[in-house]
Amino acid sequence: MTVVQFVFYLFALTLLVGGIFTVISKSPVHSVLWLILSFLSGAGLMVLLGAEFVAMLLIIVYVGAVAVLFLFVVMMLDVDFAELRAEMAKGLPLAALIGLVLIMQLAMAFGAWEIGGGVEMLDAPMATPEGAGDHNTAALGLLLYDKYFVLFQLAGLILLVAMIGAIVLTMRHRKDIKRQDILAQMYRDPAKTMELKDIKPGQGLAE
Amino acid sequence: MADFLQTNLGILVLVTAQILLFVTILFVSLAFLMYADRKIWAAVQMRKGPNVVGAFGLLQSFADFLKYIAKEIIVPSGADKTVFFLAPMISFVLALIAWVVIPFGDGWAIADLNVAILYVFAMSSLEVYGVIMGGWASNSKYPFLGSLRSAAQMISYEVSIGLIIIGVIISAGSMNFTEIVRAQDGSFGFFNWFWLPHLPMVFLFFISALAETNRPPFDLPEAESELVAGYQVEYSSTPFLLYMMGELIAIVLMCALVTLLFFGGWLSPIPGLPDGVLWMVAKMCFFFFIFAMVKAIVPRYRYDQLMRIGWKVFLPMSLGWVVIVSFLAKFEVLGGFWARWAIGG
Repeated sequence: MTVVQFVFYLFALTLLVGGIFTVISKSPVHSVLWLILSFLSGAGLMVLLGAEFVAMLLIIVYVGAVAVLFLFVVMMLDVDFAELRAEMAKGLPLAALIGLVLIMQLAMAFGAWEIGGGVEMLDAPMATPEGAGDHNTAALGLLLYDKYFVLFQLAGLILLVAMIGAIVLTMRHRKDIKRQDILAQMYRDPAKTMELKDIKPGQGLAE
Repeated sequence: MADFLQTNLGILVLVTAQILLFVTILFVSLAFLMYADRKIWAAVQMRKGPNVVGAFGLLQSFADFLKYIAKEIIVPSGADKTVFFLAPMISFVLALIAWVVIPFGDGWAIADLNVAILYVFAMSSLEVYGVIMGGWASNSKYPFLGSLRSAAQMISYEVSIGLIIIGVIISAGSMNFTEIVRAQDGSFGFFNWFWLPHLPMVFLFFISALAETNRPPFDLPEAESELVAGYQVEYSSTPFLLYMMGELIAIVLMCALVTLLFFGGWLSPIPGLPDGVLWMVAKMCFFFFIFAMVKAIVPRYRYDQLMRIGWKVFLPMSLGWVVIVSFLAKFEVLGGFWARWAIGG
């Protein structure tokens, strides 16, 4: 067994173990932590494939930002597990069906890939696009910003619309609270807002 | 011997030896950096600082270390024990493993990755887990509130750090630290480094680094007046030591990043003097000194002010800077001042 194979099985094993414990662990916070472990193992597999740029992005985006938000939400939830279990029993047949369909789809896709061969569409997905040496950052850049420029921009536009939609849906202006206006504070003129009074002892201000 | 070092086992032995050497040096220097931090802080406030253990209190950190590992570990009742002990370890290990890609001289990195800067960024974005897991596992109100604050703060400032780094990557044309430093090499020494073309971003990066490492004036997770000590409230003894060391290592890492990205790494500031690892160490010590000074002279920010600066000031500024630098680099303004890859170093 070569080093690469050993490392592959190590990452694959942790990924699967992480995935399984995500499903079966009792506390939702533990589930998210196991999920993070499988994300990290997935990033390790990407590095083995020679896609280090994608691996780093996986860690930065999914583990560093998305999973943190998951963890935020899950930590603050107060979930009743007995009730949740009962709910789950009701949905079990449907879930099993969906799981079965997913497994069938994966089996068909990978089976075709294994048996087929020679079919251009199936051989196309390769981790490292050719023609850019060993820098797959540059290779990805060439693909995204030259070859598939319009598609990439369209994807960005869709995300932008989704983001604006989310902001519009959740934004509300409350008129009944006082807000700090920092610029107004900074541009206040001391001469206009302050007044010095010379008060004689025992008299106080008249008005 | 040379043949042996080419084999898999040889590489493993070599890398392990390098790591052990580096970690030893780092830990010893951490002890004195901690001492320096406290001495500088004391000097600004006209106190003496640690002055009892050893000559001038030089061995204070070692005494503290012994105390930390000899004390009893207290686990709060109802705490999630596994996560409770996992959190400080994660915090410590993540701070350490980011160092493998930092070059101290030309080619003096344990692993010279070609996505080195993304790797460091990824590891520092993972550090938030140590904080958030520790706060949750303590099963206590103050640590939980502190960890939520801290996590929000770290995520917010990561965004602007990432954008500032993109500007430097555009200028250098590489994500490898060695290449980034080489792109700053030139006949003008000090004035060839990226601090000049990226001048406004140097300050933004430094301030974001303060917020990212939870240093004063942005040490809101441990704002004593509001949260006792934030996510560390329930920690004692060795787990607490791990948190402290992880935090300090992350700060020194930020010093190394500022040095590599904007101040030429191991390059000598005066043309003619030899480059070398001593320049790198000297620059890192200088930035650590500034970190310590900031702690002493700036009052703590309010939480909403911190968030406002992060999202409404730093994010638009660094995003705008990325756009500007892209244009300046593309059209090679000022003879490729912003596009070092175009003019060849």
